[in-house]
Amino acid sequence: MEKYYGFGLPVDISTHGAEIDRLIYVIHIFMAVLFMGWLAFLVLTLVKFRARPGHEARHHVEHFKAPTYLEVFVALFEVVLLVGFAFPAFHKTRDVFPNRADALEVRIVAEQFAWNVHYPGADGIFGKTDPKLMGAANPVGLDLGDPLAKDDVTTINQFHVPVNQPVIARLSSKDVIHSFGIPVMRVKQDVVPGQTISSWFEAKKTGNFEIACAQLCGLGHYRMRGFFIVDSEADFKTWLDQMAPKPPAPPATAATTPQGAAA
Amino acid sequence: MSHGEHSRELPFWRKYIFSLDHKVIGAQYAVTGLLFLLFGFCLMMLMRWQLAYPGQPLPWLGGLFNEQSMVGGIMLPEFYNQLGAMHGTIMVFLGVVPLAVGGFGNFVVPLQIGAPDMAFPKLNMMSYWVYFIGGVVMFASFFVPAGAAQSGWTSYAPLSDIASFGQTMWLFGMVFLITSSLLGSVNFIVTIVQLRAQGLTFFRLPFFVWAQFVTAFLLLLAFPPLEAAAVLQLMDRLAGTSFFLPTGLVVSGKLLEVSGGGNPLLWQHLFWFLAHPEVYVLILPAMGIVAEIIACNTRKPLYGYKSMVYSVIFIGFMSFVVWAHHMFLTGMGTKMSAFFQVTTMIISIPSIIILTALLLSLWGGSIRFNTPMLFATAFLPMFGIGGLTGLPLGLAAADIHLHDTYYVIGHFHYVVAPGTLFALFAGVYHWFPKVTGRKMSEVLGKIHFWLSFPLINGIFMPMFIMGLAGVSRRLYDPTQYAHAQPTQPLNVVISICAWLLGLAQIPFIINFFGSLFFGKKVGQNPWQATTLEWSAPSPPPHGNFETVPVVYRAPYEYSVPGEKEDFIPQTERK
Amino acid sequence: MSTSLIHYISKPHPVTGITNAKLGTWCFLASEVMLFGALFSSYILLRVGAPSWPHGSELLNVPLATLNTMVLITSSVTMVMSWASLAMKNFSKYRLYMGLTILLGIAFLVVKTFEYGHKFQHHHFPSTDTFYAIYFTLTGLHGLHVIGGILLNTYFLFPGSALWKTEPEQFTGRIECAGLYWHFVDLVWIFLFPTLYLL
Repeated sequence: MEKYYGFGLPVDISTHGAEIDRLIYVIHIFMAVLFMGWLAFLVLTLVKFRARPGHEARHHVEHFKAPTYLEVFVALFEVVLLVGFAFPAFHKTRDVFPNRADALEVRIVAEQFAWNVHYPGADGIFGKTDPKLMGAANPVGLDLGDPLAKDDVTTINQFHVPVNQPVIARLSSKDVIHSFGIPVMRVKQDVVPGQTISSWFEAKKTGNFEIACAQLCGLGHYRMRGFFIVDSEADFKTWLDQMAPKPPAPPATAATTPQGAAA
Repeated sequence: MSHGEHSRELPFWRKYIFSLDHKVIGAQYAVTGLLFLLFGFCLMMLMRWQLAYPGQPLPWLGGLFNEQSMVGGIMLPEFYNQLGAMHGTIMVFLGVVPLAVGGFGNFVVPLQIGAPDMAFPKLNMMSYWVYFIGGVVMFASFFVPAGAAQSGWTSYAPLSDIASFGQTMWLFGMVFLITSSLLGSVNFIVTIVQLRAQGLTFFRLPFFVWAQFVTAFLLLLAFPPLEAAAVLQLMDRLAGTSFFLPTGLVVSGKLLEVSGGGNPLLWQHLFWFLAHPEVYVLILPAMGIVAEIIACNTRKPLYGYKSMVYSVIFIGFMSFVVWAHHMFLTGMGTKMSAFFQVTTMIISIPSIIILTALLLSLWGGSIRFNTPMLFATAFLPMFGIGGLTGLPLGLAAADIHLHDTYYVIGHFHYVVAPGTLFALFAGVYHWFPKVTGRKMSEVLGKIHFWLSFPLINGIFMPMFIMGLAGVSRRLYDPTQYAHAQPTQPLNVVISICAWLLGLAQIPFIINFFGSLFFGKKVGQNPWQATTLEWSAPSPPPHGNFETVPVVYRAPYEYSVPGEKEDFIPQTERK
Repeated sequence: MSTSLIHYISKPHPVTGITNAKLGTWCFLASEVMLFGALFSSYILLRVGAPSWPHGSELLNVPLATLNTMVLITSSVTMVMSWASLAMKNFSKYRLYMGLTILLGIAFLVVKTFEYGHKFQHHHFPSTDTFYAIYFTLTGLHGLHVIGGILLNTYFLFPGSALWKTEPEQFTGRIECAGLYWHFVDLVWIFLFPTLYLL
């Protein structure tokens, strides 16, 4: 996993990552140029106007036009950043959702301190869930009495997706505010209890990446690490089939917890 | 009702403990504020051990902590989270604002406007003691079972709703601090409006007074929503309400037995409605201090004084309409986020105007590089970095990657630490002679500056790198995430700089207390400055001025052509 | 020793036209508007976000609250009369009207106590649901402000009234400021009543 991360931005495997990265680069170049120029002027001024014998201060200093032009330029640049970069990029991630038919839909239920992932299974429909049924063996509270729930797959911290397919994640929390973050996907969405917030993204490379919680959620916030695994289409299908409950389902136990579930 | 005649007969406890004199109260605020800054700094130095060497026992000091905080000298996550929440709370509410507003504001403003005291001396005294009680409550919260508040200084619900008793103490502490602030802000507004000396029109006010004036309005109008929020959270925690608790919460496997129907985001809106103006409360007095020191030490008027005044008023208004830029990722739609992105970009403009004006104020000057001027000059690029790094955060799309990462920590610390704190140090060195009648040592001051400046950059600059790498904030052990591992060496660098920065404050502490007794004695106007406080004796007596001041001039009449001296006090007739 | 004298305690400032205390009171009331405004905003957010919200008239005692509204409005009138009496140098009339204002304030609280008690008897607490939570919090905070006003007015009726003998102008100013506060408390109720009880 380490080769995806280092100093600077993590690798970008998201279809909307380029726009976000472009905005980050453009604004930092702007900041650096502005700051370096400004700093150079500061140092020049401090040296040129240091107190020394024979050097008096001027009471009347002419009004400078350059700073006004600079301020207008900064204001205009901010408009460009907003309208040309920021608004379109945010709009794409928040408003332009893929068709449900084309996307993989999952539910992700955050809790202290794990990410419970819920796939609808072959029928494409999520089975009913109920907070009263939530427990260690049934983290999403799946109601196994519901026939639509029979093919649902749930995992703890194992979030598999197929490459090159949009994913719609319906995010909710059991207890406190968490934040669903996948750095390599440039995805971050606060997960607020009492609401289901949808987030969509599409991975364009396979690999094993990680999910990080990005909102203080208690003692285990630092170890709320999930695994984001981008499979090829074939591998994903294999994995999902492997995870599906095998008929006849033994009574009373919920979906098996997969191997390697993190603490 | 004059109390001047009675000061000779006042017993010690009424002259120095429960004094009604703004100068004593200002000194009380300043000393208490500085002590809390030191305490908050120590909390951070503890955190930095865990961040640099996660899971390693703390040498020597580890044994001082009980099993609730450290086991065998190894910090527990709950203690780390307490340190984090209380470091922020203490620095902002018990340290910076009391020093900047309660300390500098109280001492300097009445003098700079030629008044004998604040408009309401009894209210002033009460505001200090209510702050003190709030501080005691906050400090005491460390010693209750399960420790102090540990849900961040932001206390987001539902985490804070279900947290241990320390959170309740935090809420009560905040109620005291907010009350103190309200009492103080009323006093500042009335004093500045009503008690200016004859001839001191608004546009002859020193910029410092303008900054404190706008700050007082921010405190007056922005704090009450947080008070309301604190009441609502106390109701949730003590009366079983569900203002911030939605239905169906399952905590540690158990369904929470509450009525539900609440909204966690309500807390965030109420909190940030205060907390955003609060950050302008943190910076505006600092800009005021820097302006005074630059004018005095360049021996020329401030450039663009009028623009600075209009800008600071505009910042005051705008600061009320940007708050949700802290909430871009809470599920907000593009229309609402567009509004707040636009207002956030707009508010950067007056800040740039003020910074540019301060920079241009240096041009054409004859710059004296004494200790206050070193700190005041360093403020400029440091605030510049802090302000500029706010831009990517203020754009929602970039915020997707940077939200709640170390980038945010770097951004706001640049503004408050090498920004405001440097300005406050500058103010201490600048006004110490007026308060005590003695100057602080220039040698120790320069050592303090030249050690602090590089070290503080060593702490906060690497944080931007960590933030761009995606490292989340508030992580007890940063090595658990793969994406945080490559930048872990930076944590070691940051921690070492932080501990060295702590040591670098020793010259300041020695200088501060030593100069009280051994500093070179000075007269009324050791800096040859023009504003009214320098027309009073050092220190000023009760009632401040020997004769009632009348103002004839603008605040920065330095190097006026044809004059004998290179400065003309505001009280000198034309 | 005139340098120690703080100006504009009794006489108004030549430019602003008001005394320090009056300006201070207006500033304080501005902060109170923000406080109650935040709570009203919270009410709106909670109500709009709720799947269903009861009509206040179904759950709360509208006739009693209407009575209370009359009580408070009357108390504002008597408060003005107490200040006007001082302006006309009639100290005994001032005491009468101030006394009435205090009694009316107490009457408001008595009615409120009865209302709350009735709710508790029927097991309706702040913890019951968000409607009761915001109802008790809004009216409770308002009630605390009424208590504060009663205490302030009682102080001005008894020990504080000694100032009338030495500084009548300053004392009159204080009663005017107390009146501003009392009117504000009344005004908050005038918003609270329709919002909680009628809508």
